[in-house]
Amino acid sequence: MPKDFLKDAADAYDVVVIGSGLGGLTAANILARDGMSVLLLEQHYKLGGMATWFKRPGGHIFDISLHGFPYGMVKSCRRYWTPEIADSIVQLHGVRFDNPMFSLTTTFNRSDFTKLLITDFGVEQGTVEQFFDTVRNMNFYDDQSLTTRELFDQFFPGREDVVRLLMEPITYANGSTLEDPALTYGIVFSNFMSKGVYVFQGGTDKLIKSMEKEMRVNGVDIRINCDVQKINISQGKIASVQVNGRTIRTKAVVSNANLRATIFNLIDKEHFDKQFVDEAEAVRLNNSSTQVYMALHPDDSIPRDTGDLLFCSTADRFQTDLLLSRDITSRTFSFYYPDTRPDGKGRTLIVSSTNANYEDWIGMNKVDYEASKQDLIDSTLDSLEKYVPNCRERITHVEAATPITFEHYTKHINGASFGTKFEGLAVSRALPQQIPGMYHAGSCGIIMSGWLGTINYGVIVANDVINHLSSTTSTSRAITT
Amino acid sequence: MAPEEIRSAIVDILGDIAPDEDLSTLEDTVPFRDQLELDSMDFLDIVMELRKRYRVQVPEEEYTALNSMASTVEYLTPKMVDVVAT
Repeated sequence: MPKDFLKDAADAYDVVVIGSGLGGLTAANILARDGMSVLLLEQHYKLGGMATWFKRPGGHIFDISLHGFPYGMVKSCRRYWTPEIADSIVQLHGVRFDNPMFSLTTTFNRSDFTKLLITDFGVEQGTVEQFFDTVRNMNFYDDQSLTTRELFDQFFPGREDVVRLLMEPITYANGSTLEDPALTYGIVFSNFMSKGVYVFQGGTDKLIKSMEKEMRVNGVDIRINCDVQKINISQGKIASVQVNGRTIRTKAVVSNANLRATIFNLIDKEHFDKQFVDEAEAVRLNNSSTQVYMALHPDDSIPRDTGDLLFCSTADRFQTDLLLSRDITSRTFSFYYPDTRPDGKGRTLIVSSTNANYEDWIGMNKVDYEASKQDLIDSTLDSLEKYVPNCRERITHVEAATPITFEHYTKHINGASFGTKFEGLAVSRALPQQIPGMYHAGSCGIIMSGWLGTINYGVIVANDVINHLSSTTSTSRAITT
Repeated sequence: MAPEEIRSAIVDILGDIAPDEDLSTLEDTVPFRDQLELDSMDFLDIVMELRKRYRVQVPEEEYTALNSMASTVEYLTPKMVDVVAT
């Protein structure tokens, strides 16, 4: 008999959270902390969603999405998680760029960028100050007609090198392009510029395990290997979810699944207005990614000044539309030194990431797909050679992930790495107006992406759920089962 | 609660949200954001604390009422008239 992953689960909960990405985890934690009964359902065998890791023989632990987040993460982890989680956040000092236009290392904050733009790039101080003030004052409800390209043209006309410096890291952080609304760039860029780039010391595994522990303290019922098939609606309200052959009643659902998957795969279309369906159908998915994971021989190490994050490219110009191409030479290397996991085995690991199109990888036969992966590995090692000499001899383990890999593990439609484009945010926010009690919290709209964005969106939605449930149930919150 | 009690309740909440800020020099008619380092998540936390401590609900479309201390107290006074100060 197969294992019952819902063994001893109740028949009803105040809230069911579908998906355990950082947004789902945070929403579940806040709701439980507020006294709600919460069931967290994850389809995979591990919590974390894209905030994940994997182990390989030889003591290697690879992080998938631990590349760097803004300082705001400290505050959010302290408030919505625990002081211990917040205290494990440390700054990265070596953010490095290397391309035909310029090579430099920066702490990636406003003062260092101001200095670089004035001294290395020869931009007027007043222009630099004005640019930083403009992006810092952007709000998500501002006018969306200005594109990031137009914003750059206003301040740095004809300066493709400046655009590259300002844009390339953000493109890797959230998939945004020069054609997207400028505010989606400005908000994320300003978040980083306020204090630099940070990571979680101890690795993604430690973070997710700490979060799991805290959720158990707060009483979240956590279930893995539970793939929700359907959300049932009765009399226009959330009634239950169907999962692993059971129907579990609930007053509210927070879906941390991809927005389009939530609307089109989990709920019958008849429950939505036609206009809402049209708007949801128009929401564009964000791009997917490829990654190459490389482990250095256990006795080997690389000098610290190799950097923590390296944005490298041999392309003469920076064009975001070309960044998705298979032939792109632009990639980001994340270097993980032994102090990434102070209690670990002292390994040095390198993860290379590129943005990618799902369409370029789907529909291949097995032989072609494997050959494509090998080609990705080879071109990555070619590129790494400049920064880690003789890397082919020094690396003991290498493997690649493609959009198909991301789709397989996260079930994100087309392996989308950053959820949906900006228009997804309005659709996500409008969901509870369509179906009372139905919420979405997950990467959408760029500003709600990344580790910090999705955690904060989880908080925002948890707040909405608490408001909804406390206005509909005035007496006891507990459901008798 | 009287307006003066509401003001002190807000100061308590702000003290928890922004522990590094000096709230004794807070000017009531000047926007919070011009005096304190508050972001949009901080405002959400104020709202969540108001609900938790005093069971007061502030709908999202009314968050702008929390612009300054004066506007916040004015907005909350009718909502908190029946709340007993502790």
